[in-house]
Amino acid sequence: MKGTLRRRAGSIALIIGFFAFWQFACAAFGIKDIVLPEPSQIIVTLFDRLPAIWPHAVQTLYATLIGFGLGIFFGVLIGVLIGSSRLAYDTAYPLLVGFSTIPKVAVVPIFVLWFGAGTVPAVLTAMILCIFPIVVNVATGLATTEPELEDVMRALKASRLDILLNVGLPRAMPYFFASLKVAITQAFVGTVIAETVASNRGIGNLIMIASSNFDVPLVFAGLLILAVLGVALYVIFSFIEARVTGWTRRTDEFALG
Amino acid sequence: MMHAPLAATASMDEPALEPFVQLQDVTHTYGRLSRTVTALDKTNLKIEQGNFVALVGPSGCGKSTILKLITGLISASSGAVLVAGREIGAEPVRVGMAFQNPTMLPWLNLRDNVMLPLKIVPPFRQEYRRKRKREYRDRVEALLAQVGLAGFSDKFPWQLSGGMLQRASLCRALIHEPQLLMLDEPFGALDQFTREELWGVMQNLWLSRKPTVVLVTHDLKEAAYLANRICVMQARPGRIIDDNEVPFPRPRTVAMTYEPGFVSLTQRLRELIVAASPSQEVAP
Ligand SMILES: Nc1ncnc2c1ncn2[C@@H]1O[C@H](COP(=O)(O)OP(=O)(O)O)[C@@H](O)[C@H]1O
Ligand SMILES: [Mg+2]
Repeated sequence: MKGTLRRRAGSIALIIGFFAFWQFACAAFGIKDIVLPEPSQIIVTLFDRLPAIWPHAVQTLYATLIGFGLGIFFGVLIGVLIGSSRLAYDTAYPLLVGFSTIPKVAVVPIFVLWFGAGTVPAVLTAMILCIFPIVVNVATGLATTEPELEDVMRALKASRLDILLNVGLPRAMPYFFASLKVAITQAFVGTVIAETVASNRGIGNLIMIASSNFDVPLVFAGLLILAVLGVALYVIFSFIEARVTGWTRRTDEFALG
Repeated sequence: MMHAPLAATASMDEPALEPFVQLQDVTHTYGRLSRTVTALDKTNLKIEQGNFVALVGPSGCGKSTILKLITGLISASSGAVLVAGREIGAEPVRVGMAFQNPTMLPWLNLRDNVMLPLKIVPPFRQEYRRKRKREYRDRVEALLAQVGLAGFSDKFPWQLSGGMLQRASLCRALIHEPQLLMLDEPFGALDQFTREELWGVMQNLWLSRKPTVVLVTHDLKEAAYLANRICVMQARPGRIIDDNEVPFPRPRTVAMTYEPGFVSLTQRLRELIVAASPSQEVAP
């Protein structure tokens, strides 16, 4: 308990120290606004122009969450298909790794080609980026289920569906929730990338326009918004993960004796 | 009162014409290619309905393998395994199994772990949604209390000792009133007193419902206390080399286990097993 408190205090001090150093360096070395604005100025810009920034933030959050939702749906579906048999898992895994190493920014132009500029490419890019961690984790969680746990069900002549619902999926839950933390940040990255390339709304677009106008404080205000949203989403899903899958941290060997 | 499937009820009441469980020339080999282990070699075994059979033998002789074959968890390399006259999987028989390890699902508390068979096995599963909150729950609590786990049903597996988990695992094997009960060293991790107490619980259960039981155990006293018949197996490749009726009257008591007839039976079994063990595996 004391340890965590000290670590928390440490990280907060480090964050504050980072911004203080930034502020100090800008003043001490006379760095121009157009290169690197002071943190205080970024915050002032953020509040001054909040009415203009806000709709963009909402748009980005909206596209991210829809993409994330779709990513969860299809990710779990594909993950279950791949993870439910050892053969499918062993066969599909290399393909999966291959796909996930493609720089997914490259798909944005394709989506624009298909669906035109706007929200759709942003949502789809977010989905594509967040789907892989979900698929891989769900499939791994299912495929690594202890045979002993499945035997308990098989001895009761349970159907494959029963085994999946009562053993496979609960067993894969910790993996699934661990992937959500990663997936939500990935979805966020996807939205912003798509917005910078092909949208007239969203924080990504705001940053693009601000930078072409050399409005550097606004660029950084956009970044700050992204950071805050990203951290908030990460924290929310970490919290959910901790609540839902508490048992994993208590069982090292799954009580198999 | 639950209603068992018709076919199963009928076969319960009629005198058994053929053995309830039958292994015919069963050979089982684990692994493949050059790295194989023949766990069972042309094993034959017949168990009548409602009988209580104990399997004893040196460790690694294939006792767990026999249980897994009868339950259908593995299928024999050759030979036939019949339950209620049919190939495994086709028979409408409720089976309960307590594994050598407790294998509780770690994300469920004891109550839900023990209730699992009621969620899966017909005819209970049809009523699971309606009854799980009251009737099934009371049933689980009552059974847990019977094995000394009253008040623990909200605990999770990681909060309990190995012995407690094993008792819960026994409850899980019994909760759906199986017609065929497979027990793989269910009392192995328990202390002497709890073990003897559970022998009594087990005996009463058997006397009241007369399921067909196959019990694997290392404890010869336990085998002689509980079983009607004791089959001795030889070491790899496993095979049944001796089949003893246990003549003592029921209900048996722990005191009876010190009587001369009882002691001489367990001694004879001990000698058989020592003789059946491969020499390098005999403990000093
Ligand atoms: N899954 C398995 N793969 C390979 N060998 C196994 C496996 N399970 C059991 N065996 C081997 O088969 C033999 C019989 O095993 P088992 O039936 O568990 O013995 P017992 O329960 O009598 O101690 C042992 O020699 C064991 O090493
Ligand atoms: Mg064994």
